[in-house]
Amino acid sequence: MTPLQIRLVGVAAVLGLVAAPFVFGSFTITLLNYIGIYSLVAIGLALLTGIGGVVSFGQAAFVGIAAYATGALTAQAGYSPWLGLLLAIALTCGVAAILGYVTLRLGGHFLSLSTVAWGLAIAFLFGNIEGLGRYNGLSGIPPISIGSIALVASWQIYYLIWGFVVVVIVLCYNLLDSRLGRAMRALKGGNTLVESLGINAFHIRLLTFVLAAFFAALSGWLYAHLSRFVSPGPFEAHGSIEYLMMAMVGGSGSVLGGVVGAAIITLLKNAVQDYLPLIAKGASGQLEIVAFAALFILFLQRARQGIVPFLAGFLPQPKLAPPQAAAPLPRREQPAPGTPLLKADAVERRFGGLVAVNNVSFDVRSSEILGLIGPNGAGKTTMFNLLTGALRVNSGDIAFAGKSITRDAQCHIARSGIARTFQHVKLRPQMTLLDNVLLGTHSRTSTGLFGGALRLNRAEEASARCEALQQLQRVGLGDKPYELAGNLPLGNQRVLEIARALAADPLLLVLDEPAAGLRRQEKLKLAELLRSLRSDHLTILLVEHDMEFVMSLVDRIVVLDFGSKLCEGEPAAIRSDARVQEAYLGGVA
Amino acid sequence: MTGDIAAILGIDGIATGAVYALVAIGTVLIFNVTRVIFIPFGDIAAFTALTLAALDAKQMPGTIGLVVVLACLACLIEVVSLVRAGEARAIPKAIFFYLVLPLLVVAIVWLTMRIDPPAPVRILLALMLIMPIAPLLDRIVYRPIADGTVLLLLTVSVALHFALRGLGLLFFGPEGVRTEPLTSMAIEIAGIHVSGQTVLIVTAALVFSGLLFLFFDFTLTGKALRATAVNRTGARLMGIRPARAGTIAYLLGSLMAGVSGILIAPVNTIFYDSGFLIGLKAFVGAIVGGLTSYPLAALGTLGVGILESFASFESSAFKDVIVFSLLIPILLWRSFTSQHTEEEVEE
Repeated sequence: MTPLQIRLVGVAAVLGLVAAPFVFGSFTITLLNYIGIYSLVAIGLALLTGIGGVVSFGQAAFVGIAAYATGALTAQAGYSPWLGLLLAIALTCGVAAILGYVTLRLGGHFLSLSTVAWGLAIAFLFGNIEGLGRYNGLSGIPPISIGSIALVASWQIYYLIWGFVVVVIVLCYNLLDSRLGRAMRALKGGNTLVESLGINAFHIRLLTFVLAAFFAALSGWLYAHLSRFVSPGPFEAHGSIEYLMMAMVGGSGSVLGGVVGAAIITLLKNAVQDYLPLIAKGASGQLEIVAFAALFILFLQRARQGIVPFLAGFLPQPKLAPPQAAAPLPRREQPAPGTPLLKADAVERRFGGLVAVNNVSFDVRSSEILGLIGPNGAGKTTMFNLLTGALRVNSGDIAFAGKSITRDAQCHIARSGIARTFQHVKLRPQMTLLDNVLLGTHSRTSTGLFGGALRLNRAEEASARCEALQQLQRVGLGDKPYELAGNLPLGNQRVLEIARALAADPLLLVLDEPAAGLRRQEKLKLAELLRSLRSDHLTILLVEHDMEFVMSLVDRIVVLDFGSKLCEGEPAAIRSDARVQEAYLGGVA
Repeated sequence: MTGDIAAILGIDGIATGAVYALVAIGTVLIFNVTRVIFIPFGDIAAFTALTLAALDAKQMPGTIGLVVVLACLACLIEVVSLVRAGEARAIPKAIFFYLVLPLLVVAIVWLTMRIDPPAPVRILLALMLIMPIAPLLDRIVYRPIADGTVLLLLTVSVALHFALRGLGLLFFGPEGVRTEPLTSMAIEIAGIHVSGQTVLIVTAALVFSGLLFLFFDFTLTGKALRATAVNRTGARLMGIRPARAGTIAYLLGSLMAGVSGILIAPVNTIFYDSGFLIGLKAFVGAIVGGLTSYPLAALGTLGVGILESFASFESSAFKDVIVFSLLIPILLWRSFTSQHTEEEVEE
């Protein structure tokens, strides 16, 4: 499918939505209204859970905050629902920002458990606050008015609800295809990679969290003015798990999946309410929840992928043209060759009783390739992690480009010009080659949330895409930019990591075993690439086990053994050094 | 608040905390062995109380239906998966463990109830009836995804809780129950009146945690369970089957939860859905120990019990809000004090 065809399908879908009230009766339209309202929450969860990797069991509480906010403001204080919308958004996003700020540093299941906790606590609050009608709820909420028209009939508010849904879908797709959206998509799978690209993972996670709460707020506002009544029931834990179900059944990580999931669950619920009483008289309420929970468990056991990604597998792949040439992104000025760029001074790192790096000092000079070698367990990777801020030093100092970076966060170090690759390749296998490399340009570009969602900053995006394609071509992967990274063989994945690092326009490139898993021809090509980078005055620090590769390539070598520096010098001198030979081969008896 | 009131609230809190402690220890046990955060544990405790109440009223408890349904389902799933794996020879054994054994328990209860047994026997029957539920649920729900992430297992647990809540209403009905106190004795400690029930609760919590400790340290099965908790693959290489270790953990945990249900039933009115809050409060305590330490989990639940007791005195409407809000600072404290390895969530 071409982008034009995709757009035509989208236009047809919107026309279908516009025509619906002329075709269907009011019962169907009411059902569609609820589907639209639930869709908004499910889309937020698709972003948060499917893309950001944060499983939230408390989303219904956010819907509740918004519904109660607008309910109290309009029903009790008599203000306009539009003012209620502002209050609902401000309050919900404010609460989300505070909760997110406090809890989003938690890892994995602990984070999800905290969502259970605040989800319950907020739901209990609604039922116990006198001013909010306790468990009786708030009634007499006015309908939304546009000008002098009150949206009372279900087809009237239908257009408002689905207008919101369509706008939210479009904005989400724009956002996901922008700089921040790529950072969001990179969140799932661990912080180390994200931070090494100069992206503050916590900020992106918080942004995603507040965005999901914002969609929940829109939903809560519409819900309050559609049903004209709010009570604590729909905002309890049970509601949250239903929203989670919608997002996951539709396809976690798919914006459209949110709508599809909301539709399926709502229709299924409707059907279950119709047919269960025929099977079991009098017990249908209980059976409904059992049936739903059982179906959800079965779904989680068998088809976690979700419906939309499953169906998308049958559609023809979208045919996208490679990025066009565009104005280049601004580049950093490389320091004069020979000046010290990175300085490690008496660096030490202990893990419990083990001293992994012990009092190691060395310099990396501009425009040189420095090799860090040593037998297994010598502390090379630990040293790398210390230099890039993935680990903290216990003592000693690390300075980069004249400034101490010893206490800097990983993403700040990355932003100041150190780009790295990993010994165990860290890519986002579900993203394309181009998107993986585009992640590298994050710290060189500046498009924000609104710029991304409204497609305001397309010139910068075009430049970044062009840059990413150039880097892919430079490492020899330019022919299939839209291939998924997970489909590459291991050797090419390593090379892709180098392209990503180059896209950051670094001062210092730090490579952890770049030649591991490469065939001989590929190694030769890699060595050639690294030499050409050196001739462009890029500085490179690399760890490598392949001695032939190292000796023929690097300018100087630092040898580590048992965490300490053994010696330092030019390849020929290192090769003939007796201490190095002993460390590698054992003592010559 | 006077000193006397504080002392009474404190003792009350300790008793509540001891009940949660039993559930929390079971939660930690199951998490360690299977990595499942078994939220429905509170439901097991509540179901035990409801079962005992039905037995006391000389009625057949809903648990019987629940066990029969789950046993049939588990047996069916096990047989189908054995046939698919081409291990038809193991079918008789599977039928024995997943169908005959649970039905045997049901039959024993049914027969014993005809001779109108005394209270201690009824308690025993209630515990016997509740024990098969968690292992059967393990087979039906968790075994197919035993290697999934903790997060996936947690999502399944939350869904399972809702299923159990619905089943609870179906099998036990909406009425709340409060069973007869196990003892009417009372003692005075330093001028404070302490009911025999409180003493019994604390004693039972101590005895059962002590038994668990002995089981872990002095039996081979206990050591196998600990080995599985430390490293599943390693344990498997040593001939320990993680699935079997999981079943034992669920049985033991159910026993703990069942005892706590029996202890709390005379103090609080228990409904079909009371389990969720019991389970979650136990859970808040277990988090104090990072879901891995038994003594810290017990201490944490005592803290939760005392906090809840004082909170309900100050503002009963907000006591649950306070307890659950507390989980967030505890989680934060855990996350800052423990170095969790980050790459466990790789795609």
